[in-house]
Amino acid sequence: MLLGGALVLGGCNAPTFGAFRGATTQGRDEFRLWVGFAITGLAVAAIVWGLIFWTVIRHRRRGSDAIPRQFHENVPLEIVYTTLPFVIVLVLFYFTVVTENRIDAVSASPSEVVHVLGFRWGWSFTYDSGTGRYQGVQIATAAQPKVLAQPATSSQYPQLVLPLGETTRIVLTSADVIHGFYVPAFNFSRYAQPGVVNRFDFTPTTTGVFRGQCSQFCGLYHSEMLFSVRVVSRADFARWLATEQASQAQTGSGATS
Amino acid sequence: MTLLAERPGVVQEPGGPDHGHGPTGILRWLTSTDHKVIGKSYLITSIVFFLFAGVMAVLMRTQLASPDSTIVSQHTYNELFTMHGSLMLYLFAGPFAFGGLANYMVPLQVGAPDMAFPRLNALSYWLYLGGGLTMIGGFLTVGGAADFGWVAYAPLSNAVNSPGAGPDMWIVSLILTGFSAIFTGVNICATVFYLRAPGMTMFRVPIFTWNMVVTGILILIAFPVLTAAMVMLWCDRHLGTHIYTVSGGGVPVLWQNLFWFFGHPEVYILALPYFGMVTEILPVFSRKPVFGYRGMVFATITIGALSTSVWAHHMFTTGVVLLPFFSLMSYMIAVPTGIKFFNWIGTMWRGSLKFDTPMLFAVGFLVVFLFGGVTGVFLASPPIDFATHDTYFVVAHFHEVLFGSAVFAGFAGLSYWYPKMFGRMLRESLGKASFWFMFVGFWVTFLPQYLLGLHGMPRRIAEYSASTGWTTLNRVSTAGAYILFLAVAIMVVNFYVSWRRPIHASGNPWDGHTLEWATTSPPPPHNFFRLPPVRSERPLWDFNHPEHTTRAHEAEHEGGTPSRRGTRATGGGADGAR
Amino acid sequence: MRNESRLLLVVSLFGAVIGVLFWAVGLSPVYATITSGGTIMLGAVCLLGLLPGYYYHWWSRRMSPRSEDDPEATPESGAGVVGVFPGTSIWPFVLGMSALLVCLSLVFGFWTAIFGFSLAIAAVVGVILESRRGGAI
Repeated sequence: MLLGGALVLGGCNAPTFGAFRGATTQGRDEFRLWVGFAITGLAVAAIVWGLIFWTVIRHRRRGSDAIPRQFHENVPLEIVYTTLPFVIVLVLFYFTVVTENRIDAVSASPSEVVHVLGFRWGWSFTYDSGTGRYQGVQIATAAQPKVLAQPATSSQYPQLVLPLGETTRIVLTSADVIHGFYVPAFNFSRYAQPGVVNRFDFTPTTTGVFRGQCSQFCGLYHSEMLFSVRVVSRADFARWLATEQASQAQTGSGATS
Repeated sequence: MTLLAERPGVVQEPGGPDHGHGPTGILRWLTSTDHKVIGKSYLITSIVFFLFAGVMAVLMRTQLASPDSTIVSQHTYNELFTMHGSLMLYLFAGPFAFGGLANYMVPLQVGAPDMAFPRLNALSYWLYLGGGLTMIGGFLTVGGAADFGWVAYAPLSNAVNSPGAGPDMWIVSLILTGFSAIFTGVNICATVFYLRAPGMTMFRVPIFTWNMVVTGILILIAFPVLTAAMVMLWCDRHLGTHIYTVSGGGVPVLWQNLFWFFGHPEVYILALPYFGMVTEILPVFSRKPVFGYRGMVFATITIGALSTSVWAHHMFTTGVVLLPFFSLMSYMIAVPTGIKFFNWIGTMWRGSLKFDTPMLFAVGFLVVFLFGGVTGVFLASPPIDFATHDTYFVVAHFHEVLFGSAVFAGFAGLSYWYPKMFGRMLRESLGKASFWFMFVGFWVTFLPQYLLGLHGMPRRIAEYSASTGWTTLNRVSTAGAYILFLAVAIMVVNFYVSWRRPIHASGNPWDGHTLEWATTSPPPPHNFFRLPPVRSERPLWDFNHPEHTTRAHEAEHEGGTPSRRGTRATGGGADGAR
Repeated sequence: MRNESRLLLVVSLFGAVIGVLFWAVGLSPVYATITSGGTIMLGAVCLLGLLPGYYYHWWSRRMSPRSEDDPEATPESGAGVVGVFPGTSIWPFVLGMSALLVCLSLVFGFWTAIFGFSLAIAAVVGVILESRRGGAI
């Protein structure tokens, strides 16, 4: 328990227990909580498993047909093992709330705002660059049925580009049914729902291309509703945005859906 | 004929009047209002649904064994996981417990001649059978069965996104089985409240029956909400209402609220009966009373109550629920569940444990359910849920708890009560083989799924690209599914063998504690020839072992006789000494 | 009967307390969420426990003591007629099939409901007659 708590606060080189370390500051917060939970959970499981196996091996019937002592309660002991889990879950709840508030906190001044729209079966990312005026740089791909066996990072699928080390606001909604905007490497998912607008922030800490996928079942081609997230430096991001703006000004409409 | 049921005094001669004649053949099955016949019908029907859904699971695992698999089409895959979930949750896990085993055992455990409302009980079964066949019948419609997942999230389930008769049949099926469950819930509660044996106060009712009472109340809380939600969904599909669609001013997230307000109590409707079965089995095979009876009852009631206030932990990622409230409530459920675990261990502690098939499955349940419970605590944390929601981590979690309870504990209960219900024993060797295959297969199937979820594999996908690197873990998981299939097949062979070559079972083959073992196997019409006096929660044990009764122990304890150490010193062989 | 009524009243109390708590937390501007659905359902939980629970409580003070509530009762004290139980009856089956047909009309159109309601009327008449004459199917 103490070990778990310590790791929630500190450890960066902790074992991952199979999870992603998180490529955003929010994802890293989640990862630290995960490590704490994993250690606490495995410790509790190990203790209880130990008790079960020890009982099962130690007290199995060996030959003699004697009837064991018929005790059936021990009130102090029962109070102890009611209180102990209670304390453990309260501690877990405390760390949960602290982490949750950090992950859900939205910055007052994000450097980019991206409107993400989920639809059957694709995504569109519209950048709201500049000073609050909607400029409509839209990156969308939605051809279906798609070609099988493409990685999520292939150019078949839409790509969300984010600047490194800056806070980007995602404004998420859906055009038809409920979708799940899920980036495993960011340790984050959120439903894209019709009639509901969700807002949250990403602050990437690592450059690279990360796969993303719709996680909430949305109909026939749910398995192919892929996308990727590319995190680049600020200079690369500006260059990319300028190119996109120029190309969309050329084609006129802006949208390529 | 209508019968006056008499409660026996001391001894009633076997073979009362009026039992000889009556309808025969299939008419006998159609007209029976005997809880034992209905219970067996429920059991057999639900096991058939279980096998059917199990085959679907194996098909899905085969599809996922390799990337870009095209063994089944995406559409078929969507139908398969929808029907797998629906059959398992609505038609197997619940009805197997509260329609099958509870229907059979609750009247016996409280010493009643039948359920309180036998004709209503029969109606429950016919509604269940009709509803179940309707759900399966979806496969025969033109567009195929429902394919929107067992949760049928709006607006995916509306007429635009899921047209056709298959989804409608799914809705109708849930309305029918919902009413069936409600009637059974009423029946169980009324039976326990009104038909107990003399001396069996509420705090002497066996834990299984206690759990069924709480389950019955949960059914009454949860299923009406589901039925209402289904009726509204049907109205959206056919009458042009816009309850769940944005376009007409509706709120899609209302569906999720209604569904999970049913769905989370439903999880405990599926779990509590199985907790009860384990709590019956552990004391019998440890030859000890259940440890902390009152704690168990308290924990059951607490779990039941809390389960009504945690529904939105399935909706953490919607962004429109009270995260801390539901998170805290979900954590709280870990406390009574923890009490149950320690009480189960306390029951076995210093017992004389005999590992027949029921006990093996019961201990197997403890081992596997524990891990599912621990990962459940992880998922009660919104940040961790954000990272794992709708991935295979969740799939592995709820399969560990549901497979752990409905299959491990369910088979424990089934093999424990099989002699009582059918008057014949199951083969120990086959039962143990089935257990070990199941235990190994279980971990091989579901542990890789945890890792897959952490690696970002979403649930309900029909295919994945090889570039994801999920192939190996999926292969292992599929291999595990085949082992599980084998384990279930061995169980079915076991039933077949006992059917063809019966070994006669006595009335009380396990040295049982509770009243169902105080009658013949299977019991006569109206159940009992005699009832032992009820002086504790295990009347039959007290009757059969007068020098080791629960009360005698209490008297010894209060009398300040030997400390624990002293008792152990004398307790080795000569029990008569105490 | 005391303990049975207490069980249901505890459910009711829990629904009330949690319902109020849930509603109150939802009022906080920090959580701009809609909680009306949940509050109503928790209120329904409260009522569901309250109605039968209070009835049992009311009844438990008026009824004569039952042998099943007496910890010292012997099997003899409870011997005798427990109640009237139907032996065999075809009507639950008929009623079940009628409900199936009525519900299937939601899928296949009104015509199955005609058969369904006819069967339902037959079943209701059948059950009533059967109970009146206390006879066989």
